Parts: sequence; C-alpha cells; structure tokens
Amino acid sequence: MHDVMKLDVKENIHSENDHIAEHVKQHLSEDGILVVNVMGAPGVGKTTTLKNIFPHLKTKKPYVIEGDIESDIDTVDLRNMGFDTYQINTFGACHLDAPLIHDAIHHMDFDREGILFIENIGNLVCPAEFSIGEHVKMLISTVTEGSDKPYKYPLAFEKADLILINKCDLLPYVDFDEEFFVKGVRAQNEDVPIFKVSGRTGEGFADVAAWLEARDLG
Amino acid sequence: MHEYPITQQIIKIAENHAREAGAEKVKAVNLVVGDYSGFIGDSIQMYFDIISEGTLCEGADVRVKRVKPKLRCESCGTYFERKLFSFECPACGGEGRPTEIGKEFYIDSIEVEK
Ligand SMILES: Nc1nc2c(ncn2[C@@H]2O[C@H](COP(=O)(O)OP(=O)(O)O)[C@@H](O)[C@H]2O)c(=O)[nH]1
Ligand SMILES: [Mg+2]
Ligand SMILES: [Zn+2]
Repeated sequence: MHDVMKLDVKENIHSENDHIAEHVKQHLSEDGILVVNVMGAPGVGKTTTLKNIFPHLKTKKPYVIEGDIESDIDTVDLRNMGFDTYQINTFGACHLDAPLIHDAIHHMDFDREGILFIENIGNLVCPAEFSIGEHVKMLISTVTEGSDKPYKYPLAFEKADLILINKCDLLPYVDFDEEFFVKGVRAQNEDVPIFKVSGRTGEGFADVAAWLEARDLG
Repeated sequence: MHEYPITQQIIKIAENHAREAGAEKVKAVNLVVGDYSGFIGDSIQMYFDIISEGTLCEGADVRVKRVKPKLRCESCGTYFERKLFSFECPACGGEGRPTEIGKEFYIDSIEVEK
C-alpha cells in the first residue's frame, strides 16, 4: 500500500522566468541601460518605430535585440544603419522570455549609457505575460487595425507603460475612432501616455524619444 | 503557443516539491489558471504526458481550475465579468477597473505517493 498525500505548493509557474527577468533588469540598470520591451501585432511598425526614434536620442545610445521567429531581415537592416543589433530566433515560439534575453545580453557590449530596445515577436497575447527584464513595456497599435484593440486584448493595454498609435498618416483613409480607442485604454490603464505617430512622416517620434530619455531606471 | 516550455516548468516545480517531501511519485497536479494567463488548459495533459516521461510526474493527472477575469467597479465596488467591447458595471453603470482575478497561474497543490 502506498500513502497518497496532498502537498501545498502555491508556486507561480512564471516564478523562474520572473526571477531571471529581475536579474537582467538589475544588471542592465547598473550599466545605465533602460530596457524597453517593444510589443505589437505583426506589421504595426515596431522596426520602423525604432528607426524613427534613434535619430532623436540626444544623450543615450540605442541598442537593439531583434526577436523574430526565423528571419533576420530587420537585424541586417538595422546593422546597415549602424546600430548595435543582436538577433534572437525563437524558431516557432510566440514570445521572448527572460532566459533568452539573459543569454543575449552576455553577447552584447554595452559601452555607454543607453536604451536597449527589444523587439518582441509580433503577437498581442503571449508577450504581455512574460517579463523579459524591461523597465518599459512599449505597445504599438495602429489606426489601420481598428479602434477595438484595447477591448479585444485588454491585458496588453493594461500592462503597457507607453502606447503609440502608429500610421497616423493614414487617418484620412480609415475609420479609426480615437475616442473609443482611448476610452478602452483608460478603462484599464488610467495614466499611460499615448503618443500619435507616423513612421511614414516621422510625426511624433521626437516626443517619444524625449519621454524615454527622461525615464529613470527605478 | 507556449504550452511546451510552460509544461516543462510545471513538471520542474512539481518534481522539486515532491523530492523535498521525499515522495516517489506524483499522482496529480492541481493548477489554478486565470483566463488572462493566456494558457490553454486543453492541450496541457497531452504535453504533460510526453514531457513527464521518465520523471516523478510520469502518469500524473493534471487538473485545471479556470478562473474568469473580473473587473471591480470604481463607483460601487461590485466585482463583475465584462461584456465584449464594454467595461461598464452591470449594477450601476460605473467604470470597471482591472483586478488580479483572472490572472492566476500557479500550482496550487500536488498529490504524491510516499
Ligand atoms: N503608411 C504607413 N506605413 C507604415 C508606418 N509604419 C510602418 N509602416 C509600414 O508597415 C510595414 C511594417 O512595418 P515594420 O516596421 O516592419 O513592422 P513590424 O513587423 O511591427 O516590425 C512596412 O511596410 C512599413 O513601411 C506608418 O506610420 N505609416
Ligand atoms: Mg519588425
Ligand atoms: Zn458599479
């Protein structure tokens, strides 16, 4: 006869990931690096946003980790523009996690104060659940996706520290209801800054860059 | 989807707790999973059966208790499940704010054999 016994566990399944994320954040904070987790559906303009922010950074050097399921197109592009970029391919996984970032930063050289932008996998669900050591979760939405995104993916909007509405150059051609969008965001995230930008015209990115440079590492 | 790495993590945690208690076998794993954890409970037993082979968890039952997300009305304090495209409180029409209910993602307990 075997005795069956019930053991209380009460342990979060993300606890190991969160522990490593905390370590990454601390390590990079000590080097004077702000970490920005860049999230948004495929094609919203994550890579375009990075290219538009960089020229406006006055005091901080940009560093990039590109997450992609299997390609390295964005990385090649960013390197050609002269930016320090490290590529992670997840080969099918739908999000980046803290162990992947931990490994990546040990391959990178942070020679001066700056901002590390981590372009997450294009997906609005999974990346919101996994901390990767970021100080700032930057969520990109667009006027072409429609104004109901905050209602469909509430968690991503609740957790965002900074929200961009991209592709504003296309506003005349789409029926984006800004009031409805902002109402949905505010219901879940009262104080989050929302910037309207366009990767086509460059509108709005100076303000985003200034906001990021002013953000402390606390 | 990320069922695979998550299931590995579940097995690792369950094994650690079983070993600590000197158990030889894990018979069941009881999970609490909020809908906002993004985790699809349905496929987990399948992943679990494959990944747990050769571990203390081999053959264990995975039981999932799902939790529906609730908002809390900032005007009257009512907890409620939201309707699609709305955050409005059904009791008073006030605005619902996010709570931690529905974000649970933990192993509540395990059943082990000594
Ligand atoms: N019209 C318009 N197109 C944009 C804008 N931002 C990005 N795009 C285009 O959208 C496509 C996807 O952009 P990309 O930065 O690769 O998106 P990612 O997948 O989120 O990294 C590209 O063809 C961009 O040129 C914008 O503000 N306006
Ligand atoms: Mg990209
Ligand atoms: Zn109410």
